Amino acid sequence: MAKTREILLSPIFTNNPIALQILGVCSALAVTSSLKVTLVMCLALTVVTAFSNFFIACIRNQVPGSIRIIVQMIIIASLVIVVDQVLKAYAYEVSKQLSVFVGLIITNCIVMGRAEAFAMQNPPIPSFFDGIGNGLGYSVVLLFVATVRELIGSGSLYGFEILPLVTNGGWYYSNGLMLLPPSAFFVIGGFIWLLRNSKIDQVEAVEYKLASHTK
Amino acid sequence: MSNSKDSVSRTIIVALVLCVVCSVIVSAAAVILRDKQKANVINEKKMNILAAAGIEVVNGDVATAFATITPKLVDMRTGQFSTDEDVATYDMRKAARDPSQARALTPDEDIASIRKQSLYSTVYLVEGEQGIERIILPIHGYGLWSTLYGFIALESDFNTVAGLGFYEHAETPGLGGEVDNPRWKSVWPGKQVYAQGSYTPEIGLIKGKAKKVNVHDIDGLAGATLTSNGVTNLVKFWLGKNGFAPFLAKLKAGDA
Repeated sequence: MAKTREILLSPIFTNNPIALQILGVCSALAVTSSLKVTLVMCLALTVVTAFSNFFIACIRNQVPGSIRIIVQMIIIASLVIVVDQVLKAYAYEVSKQLSVFVGLIITNCIVMGRAEAFAMQNPPIPSFFDGIGNGLGYSVVLLFVATVRELIGSGSLYGFEILPLVTNGGWYYSNGLMLLPPSAFFVIGGFIWLLRNSKIDQVEAVEYKLASHTK
Repeated sequence: MSNSKDSVSRTIIVALVLCVVCSVIVSAAAVILRDKQKANVINEKKMNILAAAGIEVVNGDVATAFATITPKLVDMRTGQFSTDEDVATYDMRKAARDPSQARALTPDEDIASIRKQSLYSTVYLVEGEQGIERIILPIHGYGLWSTLYGFIALESDFNTVAGLGFYEHAETPGLGGEVDNPRWKSVWPGKQVYAQGSYTPEIGLIKGKAKKVNVHDIDGLAGATLTSNGVTNLVKFWLGKNGFAPFLAKLKAGDA
């Protein structure tokens, strides 16, 4: 039980896929301009990671080593298509905004990374929880980034107005940069800095030192 | 153990079984959910038409609200209603891509940068006891990054704007993307498209805020000159002589 807990919770802060492993940054930039869209993306990715881990772990003993990456890809791709179809049927508005990014979960490094690194060596149930845990770790970062971006960029949270915008007769001048993808770099950077401030062991060893001035 | 697992025949069997299982799952999902997805697409289009017409949807009941609206096809060459194609299935975007169903525009005509125009357009009529109360026309054209697709609704004089809305575009959020801002859209109703006695559209976006007395001026989008120009161009194109102007003239004269 303690082990399941560990598998489930450690990816959230201690071994966060985005902040520490620096995986899956691409979609973190693209879909975080509003909370609502982000939430659906997180849900989709968590479901895909959990189930792909589960199914891959189920057949891990049958899979020939020579085609294991392809096998993983097929399972992940099938799951992503199913998720995409479900979103189009039941959350049409959001699926339109997510557009290609649901499809791009296939190439999200977190899904593939966890399948290869964890699910190929572990039984189905722990693999499933590892998928959920990593999905949650991804979600924590994305929701943090989306909160900052939507609040500063549009003055709202989850579509509800928090800071009344000048264009709507309020006082807040929105920061347009926050609505563009590059701003997510700064916010993710800020998140990593905050995280590593509280968990100093995550700070990587310095790879080189500035040489002193030559005389 | 490891030997039998990695043998060629075993590899092929695993690959085959996996492919079959996955393809069955994927196709099942696609087939089961198809109807629901199609309904969503149609529903969304109806919502956009209703929004442009300024008709309120009560409790999300789109079907009831849409019952007051009649779609009709207009032949863009003659400016008259047409029954040559089935209005329920006619797709303007698909037709515009098919050379046999579209007309290539000359650079002079093509102020909205759409290159090809479908021969027919689907328009939507809101009919009341005194005939047509409102008419909703499809419009599209190029902005800064993307083609903007939307609708413009006109009152029964076929000159006063009743509403405008875009349902698809990829303009810069916060700048050109402000075409979705309800405050900006609320500037449109009441404005006049044409000057009296003419069918050359005068309506367009200006820099800054438009004065109330200038009936053809619309507020520009701050910081989005190119999107503003695009919107002006596409409205001028679709309400101009290559767009719906001949049709509107005939409709007013009563021989559409």
